[in-house]
Amino acid sequence: MSTSLLNNRAFVLASAAASLLLAGLGLALLWIPEVEGDPAFPIFYLHVPVALTAYACFGWGAWKALRLLWLDENRYDLESYTAIHMGVIFGILTLVTGSIWAKFTWGQWWVWSSRQLVLFLVLFLFYAAYFMLRYSTDPGPRRARMSAVYALFGVVLIPVSFLAIRLAEDVIHPGPIVTSREGPQMTGDLFFVFCVSFAGMLALAAALYTNELTGKRLDSSLRELRESLE
Amino acid sequence: MTYLADVAALARKDLLLELRSRDTVPAMLLFVVSTLVVFNFALPADAGTDAAYGLLWIALVFTALLGLTRAFLAEREQRILDALVLTPCDRSAIWLGKGVAVLAFLVLAEAVALPAFDLFFAPVTAEVVAAVLLADVGLAAVGTLLAAMAAASRARELLLPLLFLPLVIPIVVGGVGASIAADPARYLGFLVLYDLVFAILSWASFEYVVTE
Repeated sequence: MSTSLLNNRAFVLASAAASLLLAGLGLALLWIPEVEGDPAFPIFYLHVPVALTAYACFGWGAWKALRLLWLDENRYDLESYTAIHMGVIFGILTLVTGSIWAKFTWGQWWVWSSRQLVLFLVLFLFYAAYFMLRYSTDPGPRRARMSAVYALFGVVLIPVSFLAIRLAEDVIHPGPIVTSREGPQMTGDLFFVFCVSFAGMLALAAALYTNELTGKRLDSSLRELRESLE
Repeated sequence: MTYLADVAALARKDLLLELRSRDTVPAMLLFVVSTLVVFNFALPADAGTDAAYGLLWIALVFTALLGLTRAFLAEREQRILDALVLTPCDRSAIWLGKGVAVLAFLVLAEAVALPAFDLFFAPVTAEVVAAVLLADVGLAAVGTLLAAMAAASRARELLLPLLFLPLVIPIVVGGVGASIAADPARYLGFLVLYDLVFAILSWASFEYVVTE
């Protein structure tokens, strides 16, 4: 019963995501005038919403982790894990889209002077270790709490790393100075299209999260059933 | 002040154990000096001193890692951690006691590493010493918590570097910045900030990591 309800919600979210993302893409390509000297600028409407969605997923996962530590209810473990799983997927997408943008704008696939890209690389490494931690620990309340603590460290690491990367620019990688990273100033029209894309991306993340959570819950209840039969 | 007495007792236990067995500190000393020698062969002749300061920080982070992989070894082999968790003391005292011991080992290793670095590569200024001491606090705080996590997993020694390195990138930034920048105060301030934030977080969350 609850599964069909969840599927329904996932379906609604997925349709919202599809329509909003298509609308955002269409507007970005057709309605917004091309930016002088930056042919890859439309990827802005993909890259930045993807990056913000990844942050949202990490934040959501940390919130669920906090709930787990606070209330000691086991269901938050799967929720936190799923949110971070989605965050890593969107994080990889951020790295890929950022890399494409860097290639078009600065002619290189990787630039250490792009703060966002470097930050996402650090976060990707950090959250990849989260999976290692989960896979190499026996399931149980202790693993749930360790994962939760690690997830909380993640959201604290985001601003600290951002600050560190800004500080590092002064001494370590002066390289090509990137001015006006965000391209032209956002006018009302640009901001509207950006918001449409961002809403679409959030809906997509929510749809994936709901879907994945349903699957994982089914999986774990199936495992419990099997164990009780043995 | 029973809390501080608990911490002191736990730290004393680790230091005594090390004094009698001499398992960790000699290994850390030898490791950090051999790393510095290896770096001598990794640096090009015209690399300059800035590059050497960068390598010093890598050596220090990996030395800390070496000490941390052994931090909970005795507890795990003798199954002491369960008994420690059962004792009527605050669980965070276990973290603080272990952290103090790790910090002491690190400082001992650096007491050899920094003069060696000064001799081999470039002068160790007051800023470098300050940055190293501040970084030690952060490395010990975060490292002790993560070592407790890794000790509970099956991968153990393999897992700790994966958990540890992404978290200490800010320490490396602060340390290298303080060593080579014209205004080291900003970087030292950043290290203080890191220490405060992560020490409080580790102190508050250690209990959840060790209880079954």
